[in-house]
Formats: sequence, C-alpha cells, structure tokens
Amino acid sequence: MKPKIFPQQKQLIPLFCGIITIAGLLLSSCNSHSSGGQGAISAQEAAQQVYVAPGQYDEFYAFMSGGYNGQVSVYGLPSGRLFKIIPVFSQNPENGYGYSEETKPLLMTSYGFIPWDDAHHPELSQTDGIPDGRWLFINANNTPRVARIDLKTFETVETIEIPNSAGNHSSPFVTENTEYVVAGTRFSVPIPQKDVPIASYKQNFGGVLSFIKVAPSGDMDLAFQVMMPGFDYDLAHAGKGKSKDWVFFTCYNSEEAHTLLEVNASQRDKDFVAAINWKKAEEYVQQGKYHEFPGTYYDNRFDTSTQTAHSYVHQGVKVLIPSECPGLVYFIPAPKSPHGVDVDPSGNYIVANGKLSADLSVFSFDKIQQAIQQKQFDGEVNGIPVLKFDAVLAGVVKSGGLGPLHTEFDDKGNAYTTFFISSEVVKWKLGTWQVEDRQPTFYSPGHLMIPGGDSRKPWGKYLVALNKITKDRYLPTGPELCQSAQLFDISGDKMKLLLDFPTVGEPHFAQAIPASILMPRSDKIYQLASNHNPYVTRTEKDAKVVRKGKRVDVYMTEIRSHFVPDNIEGIYLGDTVYFHLTNIEQDWDAAHGFAVEGNRENAELLLMPGQTKTLKWVPVRVGVFPFYCTDFCSALHQEMQGYVRVSSPNDNVALTWSTGKE
Amino acid sequence: MDLKHSAMKTKSNRTASWLMLGAVLSSVLIYFFPLWKITLYAPQYPQGIRMYIWINKITGDDAYTLQNINILNHYVGMKDIDPHAVPELYYFPYALAGIIFLGVIAWLIKKRWTYLSWAILYALSGAIAIYDFYLWEYDYGHHLDPKAPIKIPGMAYQPPLIGTKHLLNFTAISLPEWAAVFMLVSVVLGFVAYWCCRSSSDKQLADHHPNILTSSSQSRVLSHH
Repeated sequence: MKPKIFPQQKQLIPLFCGIITIAGLLLSSCNSHSSGGQGAISAQEAAQQVYVAPGQYDEFYAFMSGGYNGQVSVYGLPSGRLFKIIPVFSQNPENGYGYSEETKPLLMTSYGFIPWDDAHHPELSQTDGIPDGRWLFINANNTPRVARIDLKTFETVETIEIPNSAGNHSSPFVTENTEYVVAGTRFSVPIPQKDVPIASYKQNFGGVLSFIKVAPSGDMDLAFQVMMPGFDYDLAHAGKGKSKDWVFFTCYNSEEAHTLLEVNASQRDKDFVAAINWKKAEEYVQQGKYHEFPGTYYDNRFDTSTQTAHSYVHQGVKVLIPSECPGLVYFIPAPKSPHGVDVDPSGNYIVANGKLSADLSVFSFDKIQQAIQQKQFDGEVNGIPVLKFDAVLAGVVKSGGLGPLHTEFDDKGNAYTTFFISSEVVKWKLGTWQVEDRQPTFYSPGHLMIPGGDSRKPWGKYLVALNKITKDRYLPTGPELCQSAQLFDISGDKMKLLLDFPTVGEPHFAQAIPASILMPRSDKIYQLASNHNPYVTRTEKDAKVVRKGKRVDVYMTEIRSHFVPDNIEGIYLGDTVYFHLTNIEQDWDAAHGFAVEGNRENAELLLMPGQTKTLKWVPVRVGVFPFYCTDFCSALHQEMQGYVRVSSPNDNVALTWSTGKE
Repeated sequence: MDLKHSAMKTKSNRTASWLMLGAVLSSVLIYFFPLWKITLYAPQYPQGIRMYIWINKITGDDAYTLQNINILNHYVGMKDIDPHAVPELYYFPYALAGIIFLGVIAWLIKKRWTYLSWAILYALSGAIAIYDFYLWEYDYGHHLDPKAPIKIPGMAYQPPLIGTKHLLNFTAISLPEWAAVFMLVSVVLGFVAYWCCRSSSDKQLADHHPNILTSSSQSRVLSHH
C-alpha cells in the first residue's frame, strides 16, 4: 500500500490545532521571557530567594526616599515588604507628624511653615566609610533643607535649611566619618537673592555648595559654602580611603542657560565634575579667608529629652570664593551633562555618568593628584583650574546602552550602572572597563542601590533598581501608576531578577544596611521616666485641666483602655484647647491615638509608649464633642473614649474634669 | 582508746562543720537570686513576660513588667500586683537573716542537735513560705473585681505553684528559681551535717567502750574500709 503523503482532511484538523498550540506556547514563552527578564532563573528559584517565612526577618533594611511625598519608606530585603513610612519634610496625618505642636517646628523655614517637600537622596551615616546605622540623612530639593533621622527611633530629629541654595539636589552625601554632609544647589540663583532680570543670569547668578558639619551628637551646623559658577550642581559623592578629603560634584548647564534648558543646556560636549578638597576648605575657613554672606536659615532640632522640636534661626554664612583659595576646587571635564558621580570602594575611581551619552567616563584619583601637581590644566573657569581630560581619565566603559545615570559597586571589583533610556542595568569590571552582563529593567531606572554600594564596604548580594515607569507591570490603578523597585541577585556572574515590588512616592536614591547592625539599636519604648516634655503627665493622679485666659491646657493620660480625664466641662467657644496626651504605657507596641471631632487645622495624634504629644483644638460650635483613641489598642479599644463640653461664653460652667465619676 | 576511731570521729565532725558552713553560705546566696519565676505567654506576648519573686521584691523582665501584667490582669478584675502591699517582702529578709544567724550559732556549737534543729526549723519555714506564696496566688486568682470588664462565670486566675496552667489566652508557667535551689541545698546540707556529725553520746560511748561502734559511726567505718 502506498503511504499517504498528505493526511486526510479529518486528520488535518487536529494537526492544525497542534500547530496553533505550539505557536501559542512559543509566543507566550517569549512574552513571559521578555517581561520577566529572568534569564536562567526559574520563578520557583526566585521565589525561594525572596521568600521570608512568616515570623522570620529580612536580611537588610532598605531606606527609599519618597520623592514628592517628602518621606522615607523602610523596606525589608529580600522580601520587598514595607515596614514603615518616616515622615520628614511632609506633614503626615497618619501619626500627626507636622500636626502635633511638638513636631511643627521641624517644618519651619525662613519662608515660614512649609508642609511639603521633595525628598531625593537618603544617606546613611558612616564611620571609616562604612554605614554605621546611627542616622539617615535626606535632602529636601524644593526649599533647600537637609534632615537627619535617628535610627534608634526611626524619627526625624533635625532639619536644617540651606541659605543661598535652590533645588538642594546634590545632597546629602557624607564624608568618610560623617564629618560633613554636603548640599549642592541644583539651580543657580542670585546670591544673595535680589530682584534682577532673569536674562542677567550670567552676570548675577551663582551656585553654592554647602558643607554641613555633623557633631558627634548628630547635631548639624552649616559650616561654610563654596561659591561656584552659575551651573546646575546635580549630584555628589565624597571620596573614601585615599580620596577621603575630597567631595565630587557633577554639574550640567555649564552653558549657563536660563530658558529651555532641555536644549540650551545640552550643547556643550563636556560639562564638569567639581572636585573639592574639604580639608583645604577647613583650613581656609580657619585662616579667615571667607566672606560673610547674608542669609537667614532655620535649624530645627528635636530634643529627645523633651520630645519637642525647637527652631533656631541663624543669620549669615561663611562663603569661600575658589579664585581666592588655590587648591580648593578643580574642574574635571566630563562628557554630556553628567548626572551621578560615584566613587568606587577603594576611593580611586570616580565614575561620571554622562546622561546624554552611551559611555561612562571613569577618572583616577591618583591621576587627578598627579595632574594637579604637574599643573596639567586646560584653562580655568572663574578661577577654577580645569584639569586636562586625558590626563585624569582612567578608562571609558563602552556600554552599548544609552543614558547612564548612576553607578554602585559590589565587593568583588564590579560596578553596576543604570541606563535610563535603554532601560537596563549594566555590570562592568573596574580596571578592565569591560561589560560583564546586562539585564533589562521595567522600566527606565533612575538610581540603583546595593547595600553599602556607595561605601567602602558593599554587601554585594542584592541590587535594587528604582524604576520610574511601570506601565504594564502591575494591575492598573487608573492613569496614576506606582513606581517600582526591582531586586536582582548579584552574588553570581550574571544578575538574576528576583522580584518586582511597588514603592511609595517616587524613590530616587535608596540605602540599605544589614539588619544585624540596625535591629539591636532599635528602641522598643520611650522611657516615661526620662520624658521631660513640659506637658508630660506621668501618672493618672497628675492629670489636670488648666485655664489661662482663653488658653486651656489639658494634661491627659492614655493607658489600656481609658483616658484620664475622659469628661471635661467648662470649655467656652473662643478658647484654644491644647490636649497634651501622654501614653503612660511602657509595653512594647502598646500605642494609642487621639482624635477630637471638628478639628479643623490638625490631624490626629499617634503616641508610642512613653510619648507626649500635643494637639491644638479650637472648638467652633457649642455642644458636647467626643474624643477617642484612634489606634485599636486593646480589647476595650472601642470603649476608650471621652467627652468635652463646649459652652457659650455667656453661660457659667465650672471647669471640671474626671474619669470614672458617676 | 581506739586512736583510729577517734581520728575518724574528728574527721567526720570536721566534714559536718564544713557542710554546715556550706549550708549557711548557700542561704546567704538567697538574697542575690530570685526564688520563683512565673512566665506568661499569650498571642500578643510571643516572647513571654517573666515575673520574678525574690525574698524581698517582685521584679520582671524590665522595670515595667509588673505594670504591664497589671494592665492585662485588670480586664478580668484581678488586683494590682503591688510589692508594697505584700508585707512578707519586708519581713522575710529578716526571717532569713535570723535563720542564717541561728545557722552560724549551730555551726559554732558544732553539735548534732544544733544541726538537726536548724535544718528542721529551716525546712518548716520554707514550707510555710511556699504555703504563703500559694495563699497569695489564691488571693490574686480568686478575689476579682465584680465590675471587671471581662467576667467568665466560674473562672479563677490562680497561677500554678509549680507547673503549667492555661488561663484564658495566657499560659502560665511557674517554676522555682536559683534562690529556691539554694534554700533546698541549705536544708539538705543541714540534715547531712547532722547525719555526718558524731553525737556527744557517741563520743562518750566511744570513750568508755572503745570496741563498740555506735550506729552512726558504724556505717561510716564500714564504708571507710
């Protein structure tokens, strides 16, 4: 019998279906490959690596800036779980930050009370160039400020305003032993501020780089500023090891454009990395070679003993002019509007991420020193010597990507750079400048972060890419979508994508530190005995209501599950009432809240054990108004409530307060 | 006189004296360690809360443990545990000092009967103290505020004297601590000292009838050989 070459029609149908199925499988596998980008790693493998079993702890704390939410989010790695949001430059109705009388001063500036800012770069304090877990610093971009968060309490304890600065973007990077936090201006402005035509930019505008001294206690003081040409100072990093006396700032707009910068600031082939010798600057300040510039600025400090922030207003700042201070500043030409400037763990290599180019320029600190000694200059700008590009260049990374923004390092001599435009992370080798690996990100990463990756001691196990665009990566939430972090395993030769997780606000930079360093430092309660808030009520016996004219101070305690007092009478329309709440619990995680009806200006209070906070309330109606605990504190939380009676000024109601009186 | 017998007698009396000294010193240690520990576990207290009962005080894991336990206890109407309201914590240290003092006297006298009387007195005192502790536990567990927010008919909250007991959402574990061990060691050493010590009647008997072994010395001689 002749074999059938063509199958009969009956048999064609299943065959056709089979082909469709195979094609479909191919397509779908292609799809999942391109959107997962996991290379050789299976979903199960990735899941195992990021799975932190219930009750187990993450290996790292990650601190991500919230960008335009003005906050810091605290995540666990590798799980990507969100633990806490630390309010810094924005009022936070969730816990009363910026609403309580104790915290309002932290948001004070020379412009007055500012309840919002744009927080970009968290930076852990360092000792010997290694994150030490004492504090986290973060910048406010819009109204220039730097904040310090105490990592015992995860609370903002200081904000300092930067005068003469505008757009505090190249900030707050620390020197090797947290001697200084730097704060360079992104926008150049008239210094001191004055009313001039914008078109007089080149004559009137300048940019200051500020150095904030950090005391051993953590208290910040504006030490001095360096007056630079009117460029845009974008990012910074301090040197380490041999380069520890230096801080490097990138700048763009060396064209000094004041309009349509998109085009006008992208004309020159090279902008600069400014290398500043801060030790030299200290000497010049000591020698008195500075100019006193006017400038009003606020330093707001939270006193942990009184649990109250106070604003200190300062006038004037010491300004160094580079042309008068030889050896203070050098310019290194860097291609195409460099964005991030990153120093490798050895302190020898300085990477300029030219954001409009494909390549990375890496400079050698040794060569920079040599060029300075041999005066290999290529002219100068405003008295600042420009080093010869070829004399200081250590190597160029031919990346094959486009739009390099930021670089971090592992502990094995590798560097990792984000490419915004080509949406990828590229791994390359220090010294050989060869690309070792590349992985797509979803989509368009800004910063990236390796725990300790900008320090002398990277913990090179994970890399987090912080993506600006998510499009199709998550369930859609209307036109406004989340931004996202992507976790890579970088322990092997090739990067492996493990996890996507959404982030809060717009994280720019992030920092991470082993939990083993931070966890033992974390406070469990505030000691009631060392709470010296002037309005503390330590025991229920001390609870009281005090009238002084039209001001009424209520000294109130909270403990499971009642307030003392919980019945208050004798408040009149026209009074201003201050509820001074003290949570007299001393048990871990025994929080209480407080809210009172019709509070127009302020949010609630959330009090941790041993804390005192004050809520201002101006009653607007006559009546009896409830107040209650807003935190589900205990089995009888719903019973944790009280009443305040507001009477007309024409009535005569005695001031009384009580709890448990029938 | 049997010299060997006499030497043995002196030696065993010296041992008894050392044991008695040990008993006294062991009693001194009671001041420096807790007698009893009550551990409470609950879903909200996965790491447990520990309360320590000393000869003169009640402490916890930290300065606030008692306050925290009292907050929890008030829901079921238990009284506050207030060390100032427990008079035993004032006079027990003196009672112990008295016992230690008598121990020193007994040790100086070095007579069998002094060791025995001391050990019996001590054992009785210890038993009374434990019974007293039980009464306090009973009092806390049974005398509840009738206005308590949580009332469960027939429920009492007396923690166990020794062992584990489940009380609503809590698991209570009550166990002796180091000072209780030292107390037990003291009593046992007192009895052993009595047992080791050759009595004065033994001594007289041995003096007059050197060939007769008394009951208490006999076994030791035998074991010696």
